[in-house]
Amino acid sequence: MDSNLLWIPLFPFLGFLINGILGKRMGNRTVSIVASVAPLLAFSVAFGAWRKIVSDTGVSALHWDGFPWIWLDGLLEVPFALHFDGLSAVMCLVITGVGSLIHLYSIGYMKGDPGYHRYFAYLNLFTTFMLLLVLGDNLLLLFIGWEGVGLCSYLLIGFWFQDDANCAAGKKAFIVNRIGDLAFLLGMFLCLIHFGTLDLAALVNADNISQVATETFEGSLFAGMGVITGIALLLFIGATGKSAQIPLYVWLPDAMAGPTPVSALIHAATMVTSGVYLCCRLMPLFQAAPMALSIVAVVGACTALLAAIIAFTQNDIKKVLAYSTVSQLGYMFFAIGVGAFSAAFFHVVTHAFFKALLFLGSGAVIHAMHHEQDMRKMGGLRKQLPFTHITFLIGTFAIAGVPPLAGFFSKDEILFAGYQAGIMEGDTLSRLFWYVSVATAGMTAFYMMRCVAMTFWGDSQVDPKLEGKVHEPGGWIGFALFVLAIASALGGFLNVPEFLGGHAILGHFTGLHVSPTDLTKDELVALHAGEFTSMFISLAIAGAGLLVGFLFYRKGSGLPAAFRNSPPGAFLGKLSENKFYVDEMYAAVIVRPFEAISQLMHTLIDQVLIDKLLVNGSALLVRGLGELFRRMQTGFIPGYLLTFGCGALVLIYILLNSMAKAGAQ
Amino acid sequence: MIPELESFNLPILSLVTLTPAFGALLLALIDSNSKALIRQVALMVSFLGLLFSLIMVGNFDSSVGVMQLEENHSWIESLGISYHLGVDGFSILLILLTSFTMPFVFMSTWKAVDHRVKEFHIALLLLQTGMIGAFVALDLVLFYLFYEAMLVPMYLIIGIWGGKDRVYAALKFFIYTMVGSLFMFLAILYLYNHAGTFDLPLLLERLKTTHPLDGIQQFWLFLAFALSFAIKVPLFPLHTWLPDAHVQAPTAGSVVLAGVLLKMGTYGLLRFAIPLFPDAAMDLREEFCWLAVTGIIFGACMALVQTDIKKLIAYSSVSHLGFVVLACFMTDVESLTGAILQMVNHGLSTGMLFLMIGIIYERRHTRELADYGGLASVVPVYSVFFIIAVLSSIGLPGLNGFVGEFLILFGVFRADPLWGMLAATGVVLGALYMLKMVKAFLFGPVVHEVNKEVKDLNMREIIYLSPFVVLMVWLGLYPSSFTNLVEPTLSLYVQLLQN
Repeated sequence: MDSNLLWIPLFPFLGFLINGILGKRMGNRTVSIVASVAPLLAFSVAFGAWRKIVSDTGVSALHWDGFPWIWLDGLLEVPFALHFDGLSAVMCLVITGVGSLIHLYSIGYMKGDPGYHRYFAYLNLFTTFMLLLVLGDNLLLLFIGWEGVGLCSYLLIGFWFQDDANCAAGKKAFIVNRIGDLAFLLGMFLCLIHFGTLDLAALVNADNISQVATETFEGSLFAGMGVITGIALLLFIGATGKSAQIPLYVWLPDAMAGPTPVSALIHAATMVTSGVYLCCRLMPLFQAAPMALSIVAVVGACTALLAAIIAFTQNDIKKVLAYSTVSQLGYMFFAIGVGAFSAAFFHVVTHAFFKALLFLGSGAVIHAMHHEQDMRKMGGLRKQLPFTHITFLIGTFAIAGVPPLAGFFSKDEILFAGYQAGIMEGDTLSRLFWYVSVATAGMTAFYMMRCVAMTFWGDSQVDPKLEGKVHEPGGWIGFALFVLAIASALGGFLNVPEFLGGHAILGHFTGLHVSPTDLTKDELVALHAGEFTSMFISLAIAGAGLLVGFLFYRKGSGLPAAFRNSPPGAFLGKLSENKFYVDEMYAAVIVRPFEAISQLMHTLIDQVLIDKLLVNGSALLVRGLGELFRRMQTGFIPGYLLTFGCGALVLIYILLNSMAKAGAQ
Repeated sequence: MIPELESFNLPILSLVTLTPAFGALLLALIDSNSKALIRQVALMVSFLGLLFSLIMVGNFDSSVGVMQLEENHSWIESLGISYHLGVDGFSILLILLTSFTMPFVFMSTWKAVDHRVKEFHIALLLLQTGMIGAFVALDLVLFYLFYEAMLVPMYLIIGIWGGKDRVYAALKFFIYTMVGSLFMFLAILYLYNHAGTFDLPLLLERLKTTHPLDGIQQFWLFLAFALSFAIKVPLFPLHTWLPDAHVQAPTAGSVVLAGVLLKMGTYGLLRFAIPLFPDAAMDLREEFCWLAVTGIIFGACMALVQTDIKKLIAYSSVSHLGFVVLACFMTDVESLTGAILQMVNHGLSTGMLFLMIGIIYERRHTRELADYGGLASVVPVYSVFFIIAVLSSIGLPGLNGFVGEFLILFGVFRADPLWGMLAATGVVLGALYMLKMVKAFLFGPVVHEVNKEVKDLNMREIIYLSPFVVLMVWLGLYPSSFTNLVEPTLSLYVQLLQN
């Protein structure tokens, strides 16, 4: 019982209340202090809690029993209780740590915006929900956070609500997420029916799982399918919404309409990884559903590839990073699908560092360029923005997987897991997906190189009117970039694998690490050989990607144009530029027909069938009687009632009589 | 502290029910030109009603599920009609909801209604007595009287203080409901003829033991009751009176209609139709559930294509109450608790939405979505309250709407996964039409010059909206203080049904 835990989400919530209610009167300075102190306080509480569980007292988790929430005695008992273990500790530290930096960064970035206090109130509220999501001790409480972050995402994407496009993007995000949440909800129902609880500890309990694993669905479309598989798949569909996977990823690129620090915090570092967190949290449950895991792997790999292809041709710097995020999230799910939960979670952490860095870097560029986001109108910015350039480059190398930066270690772990599943022991399909994941790694390096080159290198394409005004952002913006650059450079050492002499600290701490047991000496040798092979492949592919990207986009290279002029290049380029027409397809197949059918039903059923024919038709019938009625009435309602009463009595008499006769016979 | 009733022997339910009616009498004595006085008296009376219902809750023993605080006096002895009142888990929250809503309804009309003020307030107070009376009555005739007594003031409120097509709407409302209650009245008389009493507890007892009904009798009687209640809910396809009534009704009328009156239908199903005729109810369960599911989806689709804000919310009520009807036909405590919570939640969220639309209507005199847009930058405080009401309505976890929806959908899914899944799509559709409305209403650029002059909420408006927000959060985060009142009764009810 540790009620201090409550303060972790409560501090940002207080910040939200203060800024939300009083913000307008407080002045921007006070607003920014309140807003950034809140997550910092949360960070320090989380840090203290973390110290408690790593010290040698034998306590591995903290728990706050809370109060009864949805509570029907003996039937359905869901408490509002918090749980703090290794996994949530890491998430809390990342959320409040990176979150605090982004709050600080926003002080500079949002300066002068008329919605200043509103912005920080939303950001604090987001932090609250995100912390609830990772601290909730049951699925339903996690779901409060889950939908709550969705709400904040909606509000922040549409933060500049005067622009219709921003609001449309926010609305799209919320609704697409709701589709996923519907599946999440059904998954919870199955948990309640078969496990009898939503308590996370009970859902990952081995005895419970082995008991439920024997149950299958009956009688319906899904007859014969294991219940656990069903639960895992439904929750995974929920994750595809929040974590932007096929088929529900379409909202994330549009979400870039929000302020850039929001994209960094919500749409890169924290919220979009909650799907991965969910899977890691329920690792034993997913492990008991191998069929679901294969689907997770396929979806992850396909998303990674698709998004990487689209990232090739995007000219909006934030869109490149958005598709890159989708792609990297696909990577994480691929890792989960091949059983490497530890690698997936490791990548969540490192990705939070370097993707936040990249987004904040792009924000610094956009800020300097007075809200220009088109990379074709940039170029050569390394001269005016040397510091941003260096940090952006660190982020790029980290995501590409250059050793010893953060991305190298986590990506390598994922690639090895894929290698193990695909090459060392797998079938054709998993081999294919390993190739996909390797290709994607190369493509990531390539499109990031393109992004760097178009933005920072080569000749300046900057509007001459702007040229002189572009200057390095200082203050908090620079500070945040600096800290995140260090984290992106060193973050990988959190989880150095054993074959490189490390201890996989993060994996052990979060309880996700699965050590191979009972290996013979030969097997161990083979394993290590595999690890080295995979690492070299991943190094080679990252290097190749960077090099090809450099050759393509270095100053004066005609290669991009030449490629686009070749027939296959033109075809692929068009597909990629138009994002494979997925949005258009959804609009044509789902959105527009649905609205048209609704409109049609409204006219046909409500207006014509029910109202015109049935209601008014019978009214006409009654009108004759009504004429009679009208003559009898004296102008006030009791008259109606009296007449009605008499009529009713006559009818009743007739009815009762006939029934009595029927009874007598 | 709460006064101990036993020592006073206070007929608390009568007080809760009849206080508004006495208030109406009092208003009748006031000169109709002193509008301010009329408004103040009506407000005081409604607050007194709220106070009495809080005392009622304080004296309600939530550890047992039986009928409590009963008052039973014979009334028309020759016909066996008695003045029998009581409260249990089915009704307590609905009574509370009614007495909670009314004071704020009165506060909302201070500016909106300016002609025939006296009659308007009398009508509203009589309406309150009718509604609460229907919730506490345990005698079928007494129930029927209260049930019909609601009809007249509502008819007048729509017909006199309503919009352009008020007469059509009022008549449609009146006739629709009248047709339904006619059949119910016949059924009540038939029951009396059969079992010799109008008293509900006695009747339940006799139907079970000495005077059982055969299958055909149950079938027709159930249908007569259910028809009346289904119209009130309204259940698809009997719903078309609702959009018209809402659009034409003045704000106060819409709030009461959506907030409380519609619940009369689902309450009636739970209190009368299903327990009196359980076999027939279970035989027809499938049909009603399909209608409810259709209503959920159909109502949502209709809401999606509306251009009039009030109509949109009216259709959302059809959708939301579909959930409640669905849950009424379940036989587990979870869904039934969800049903009762959902009635309260819908009352709060839709009631607040109608109040807020009334506020903007007072300023701009239009309900067309196309006439708005971009209000968030003109009236930020209004927008915050509006968005909270919308979030409550779409069932955001942490606010009230979610708890009810979750319990209902879980119970239904467990009973029949197909219904559960279909009903759950209502959750997505709800977000779809509501956010579409929010976008058109509050966001985007301010297209119409006139909207730039719209005034934000004043203190009075903030005061009467805030209690709604407080309750939304309370019910969302600590629903057990409400479910505790309900659960014992529902457990008893479920046991009875299953035997």
